[in-house]
Amino acid sequence: MADAHASDGRVRPLVIEPGHSFESVTGSISEIVLTQKPTKGWFLGLTIGFALLMGLLLAIMNLLVTGIGIWGNNVPVGWAFDIINFVWWIGIGHAGTLISAILLLFRQQWRTSINRFAEAMTLFAVACAALFPLLHTGRPWLSAFWLFPYPNTMGLWPQFRSPLIWDVFAVSTYATVSAMFWFVGLIPDLATLRDRATSPVQRTIYGALAMGWRGSAMHWQRYETAYLLLAGLSTPLVLSVHTVVSFDFSVSQLPGWHATVFPPYFVAGAIYSGFAMVLTLAIPLRKFYKLTDFITMHHIHNMAKVMLVTGLIVSYGYMNEAFFAWYSGNNFEQFMMKNRMFGPYGWAYWLLISINAGVVQLFWFRKVRDNIGLLFVLSIVVNIGMWLERFVIIVTSLHRDFLPSSWAMYYPTRWDFTMYFGTIGLFVSLLFLFIRFLPMISIFEMRTMVPEAKVHDEKLEAL
Amino acid sequence: MSASTSSTPAIYGLTAEFVNPSELVAAANRARIAGYRNMDAYSPMPIEELNEALALPKTRLPRLVLAGGIAGTVLGMGLEYWASTIAYPMNIGGRPEFTWPSFIPVAYETTILGAALSAVVGMIVLNGLPQPYHPVFNAPRFHRASQDRFFLCIESADPQFDRQGTEQFLKGLGPQEVTEVAW
Repeated sequence: MADAHASDGRVRPLVIEPGHSFESVTGSISEIVLTQKPTKGWFLGLTIGFALLMGLLLAIMNLLVTGIGIWGNNVPVGWAFDIINFVWWIGIGHAGTLISAILLLFRQQWRTSINRFAEAMTLFAVACAALFPLLHTGRPWLSAFWLFPYPNTMGLWPQFRSPLIWDVFAVSTYATVSAMFWFVGLIPDLATLRDRATSPVQRTIYGALAMGWRGSAMHWQRYETAYLLLAGLSTPLVLSVHTVVSFDFSVSQLPGWHATVFPPYFVAGAIYSGFAMVLTLAIPLRKFYKLTDFITMHHIHNMAKVMLVTGLIVSYGYMNEAFFAWYSGNNFEQFMMKNRMFGPYGWAYWLLISINAGVVQLFWFRKVRDNIGLLFVLSIVVNIGMWLERFVIIVTSLHRDFLPSSWAMYYPTRWDFTMYFGTIGLFVSLLFLFIRFLPMISIFEMRTMVPEAKVHDEKLEAL
Repeated sequence: MSASTSSTPAIYGLTAEFVNPSELVAAANRARIAGYRNMDAYSPMPIEELNEALALPKTRLPRLVLAGGIAGTVLGMGLEYWASTIAYPMNIGGRPEFTWPSFIPVAYETTILGAALSAVVGMIVLNGLPQPYHPVFNAPRFHRASQDRFFLCIESADPQFDRQGTEQFLKGLGPQEVTEVAW
């Protein structure tokens, strides 16, 4: 947030196109919310998202009325779409926190124009993720006393030695902290919207949310301190969340899950898929809302590079898994790996390897990083690859049990798919509402990128 | 400034409007050197240099956050201890009831939750927000303080404040405009 050291003599790539002033930055971001009429494209997007969301509600209703038998998972594959999609969504959320917190601590100025909607993406992704374990209980209203420690009439308390309870605490803390981080970042912008509002309704709503923010110097000092501390706290938090998610698997004793590489491998995978989702969102947003001045090619390049690095870490994870399955000399481990590669789900394994270890190599080339259309396609491909990774880890480890008599195949039903695409609908709907009603780029942080924002001390010296 | 003009109207203070942070910081520095203490600067973005220019005290928020984090650890670990040894002890193969290593992940999360909550709530409460009314909003062009203008407000509560003298002083700082802020 603070100004970078331009005195190091290096040429800084553009994080904002030249020629912008405080007024132009403020105006061009806030007018999207305040004065622009929603476009046909916006209505179309929201309609598609909303239709899928209706599918989600239908799937939930059927689930609650009929029971989890409507899904394809059954012994031995007791965990399937619910946990695949949970891990997939949570992982997507991680990029938002990485951008808003870790890159802030590293003083990466380019984070400024993408952090707001990346944080929104985090929140919505966590909301989608949380639905799955909750609904997997089949009777979500009962999960309160299975999951949360509160004095209930049965005198029951959760089992704190279980990774599933760790997960509850990790994910609910993550959701809370992400929501707070997001809201704190919004306060000064809400004040801007209040002061630029064109109707009393806008002024009242944004005014109430801004809580009377007036930009006082002492307030800014506390604000900056709180923001920096939140970033410092979110960093170990985000690393812990996917670590704990990986504990759900690695603490168990199942071949294919019981591996020490899981925590770093999961965290890297989360960031990898999260950046893919940020690109999937940023590329159309900057085009349709004409934000190419703020989300420049520099941002796109950097995101592609982060994907390359994390993709390579993930590829290392795959190699590590295969190597240790062989090196362990353990029959079950070796069988698991052989089955994963050449068993009935082998196609999924090789597809994920060719995407996450193969396609990702394209990001080495500047030509690819420059090609917006190709990057958009690749970002979606990467998200499919990461979904397949979770599918392979979960299903192939479970479907060949220790006892061959219980071996079975897993086939998702249409309700599995309705629910999965339904959460995509929830995500899309929330995102479209967000870009309509809140500034999708942090206005006050963009002001600090304007050249005029740098305080010159000449006048001081003259004193 | 020492001119003692009488009949000071009951106003909150005087604001001077500037177009960029450099001017605001310079003005705040001059005002401090001139002896003004009850003043505040308003800007559409954080300006680190103002902390020094206005001689602002360092916020005690970090200590609050530390306390919140420690409280989170103690409460989290305490809850786990109480639940698994007193409220609902379970003998699993004769293993100890207080298996603290497996309680670390939850206590870790509650630590972060406690610290983050105190950072956000602390910032909002110490800033006196939500505050539906503040006199400085009465300054006619103050709506631009959240957009593209930078304001220095010398408050009438300052011992050196003088309706005419302070106005002259502020005008000497080269602002766009000096205006009165009604209560």
